[in-house]
Amino acid sequence: MSWFEKLMPSRISTEKRTKSVPEGVWIKCPVCDAQLYRNELERNLQVCPKCDHHMRIGARRRLDMFLDPDSQEEISARLEPEDPLKFRDSKRYRDRLAQAQKKTGEKDALVSVTGTLLGRPIVACAFEFGFMGGSMGSVVGERFARAARHAGDNNMPLVSFAASGGARMQEALFSLLQMAKTSAALADLGARGVPYVSVLTDPTTGGVSASLAMLGDVNVAEPNALIGFAGPRVIEQTVRERLPEGFQRSEFLLDHGAIDMIIDRRKMRDEIADLLAKFESRPNPVPAA
Amino acid sequence: MDLKFLDFEQPIAELEAKIDELRYVGDDSEININEEVARLKDKSESLTRSIFSKLSPWQVARVARHESRPYTMDYLELISPDFQELHGDRMYADDPAIVGGPGRIDGRTVMFIGHQKGRDTKERVRRNYGMPKPEGYRKAQRLMRMAEKFSLPVVTLIDTPGAYPGVGAEERGQSEAIAYSLYLMAGLKTPIVNVVIGEGGSGGALAIGVGDRLLMLQYAIYSVISPEGCASILWKSAEKAEDAAEAMRITASSLDEFGLVDEVLQEPLGGAHRKPKEMAEVIRNAVLKSLDELAALSIEELLEQRQQRLASFGQFKEA
Repeated sequence: MSWFEKLMPSRISTEKRTKSVPEGVWIKCPVCDAQLYRNELERNLQVCPKCDHHMRIGARRRLDMFLDPDSQEEISARLEPEDPLKFRDSKRYRDRLAQAQKKTGEKDALVSVTGTLLGRPIVACAFEFGFMGGSMGSVVGERFARAARHAGDNNMPLVSFAASGGARMQEALFSLLQMAKTSAALADLGARGVPYVSVLTDPTTGGVSASLAMLGDVNVAEPNALIGFAGPRVIEQTVRERLPEGFQRSEFLLDHGAIDMIIDRRKMRDEIADLLAKFESRPNPVPAA
Repeated sequence: MDLKFLDFEQPIAELEAKIDELRYVGDDSEININEEVARLKDKSESLTRSIFSKLSPWQVARVARHESRPYTMDYLELISPDFQELHGDRMYADDPAIVGGPGRIDGRTVMFIGHQKGRDTKERVRRNYGMPKPEGYRKAQRLMRMAEKFSLPVVTLIDTPGAYPGVGAEERGQSEAIAYSLYLMAGLKTPIVNVVIGEGGSGGALAIGVGDRLLMLQYAIYSVISPEGCASILWKSAEKAEDAAEAMRITASSLDEFGLVDEVLQEPLGGAHRKPKEMAEVIRNAVLKSLDELAALSIEELLEQRQQRLASFGQFKEA
């Protein structure tokens, strides 16, 4: 250790050291147990090349892989959460927020941007599940509502990627009312005839599922995502029996008419670009293979 | 009066029992006990006043869920005696956990929609404890569209533990049913007044709770998740429901402080179930007042105000 490092507070130097340790080169697929080379998995958009399992990904990564390179501009980045109830359970909400912000580098659980999709300017937003389970509080609701308004004002289609456990309990009724707020923003967008595509990813449940995520002109899901109103554990406790295999998974929702289609992550860009082009009577923007 | 008392009302219960006893004795005794009864009645009243003046949020929740508390149909009988119930979602079934239909109030027709709990075990099961399934919300949507078509205002009475978490409900799209209800109410071209009369349980309550005015009974509660549910997730124990009720600020007075409620409707001493007629009269007058205010607006103004109102929900800072 150099004299300089000795002078630094220990907290900083340990952080530095953990970062300098190279992360694992191999990752095990949680479904098929295949040992996957990290870079290869990354190139494959975090989809297991052996079994096609779609791993959860963060909001930024999601938007990066969906939109055209270097086309993004963030909307309402300056919004920050507050703690109107001074909520405290085993931990203070304030501390939970600080922890989540540090862990994810985000101010809250939704990132919304403008960008282009195969050249067409659109508004896109994505939930950060790593931020308190992607839960919807006032900032998430406001960011979504502003994204919808921006889409309406500029006649740009809206695409949202949901990944959320539902409403954020620590904001109590404020969070419940975000369901009304986001749905109202979509009603306004709908009245203006601007398309909205909702992509449901693993997992999408509770208040997010029962508001903005189910209101797409087209509802899309990634393969095998858990999607539902009540979580499986709550239902099991209510009906006191084990739930059938595949219950509340994307394929189940497709069978029951809740979603329009299941799209593989690696085809998401092309398929949604073509879908939006169809709604706007434009030629298919996807270059022929 | 056969009152059912909650645990924290036990001192009142004891006094009332004494009063009943005295009356019984009084019938076949020569002593005049009227004075004593009057004295005890005064005492019971002041005791009730004192207990109810400092209810904890959890105790308020207990009153909101009181087994004698008036439900939607009890109020409709008093507010709109000619209420005509309509049934079915035209797609799958009729959900008895939600009731609705047109009825007159002060000479004008209103489309009433409300959650309905059951009074005895059989009816509780039939009405699924007031927990609607997708067909309930789709019936409500149908009635809302009908109200819009005939230019009738919508009045909703909210009283549910939440939307039903069951296999069939998931299969038939509980999420979509709630989501689309929110979407529909946001743009419905007729005034909507929402009244929380008992339990405002999460998305299942909000699904008939979007509108132009939110009224809330004094001892009603409204929350994003039940205190028990919140406690079992955040405190890892449903036993901590009392703490969760406190933390989530579920009472009408707390929500009023946050500006989320337009008007808190005072309940009779001891709660709405003590004097249902008196309570119904208060609700009736408050609803009529709201309807009058909203009737003064053009549909464009109404929808503009509603959009602004919904957009204003939330608290955050902008750096």
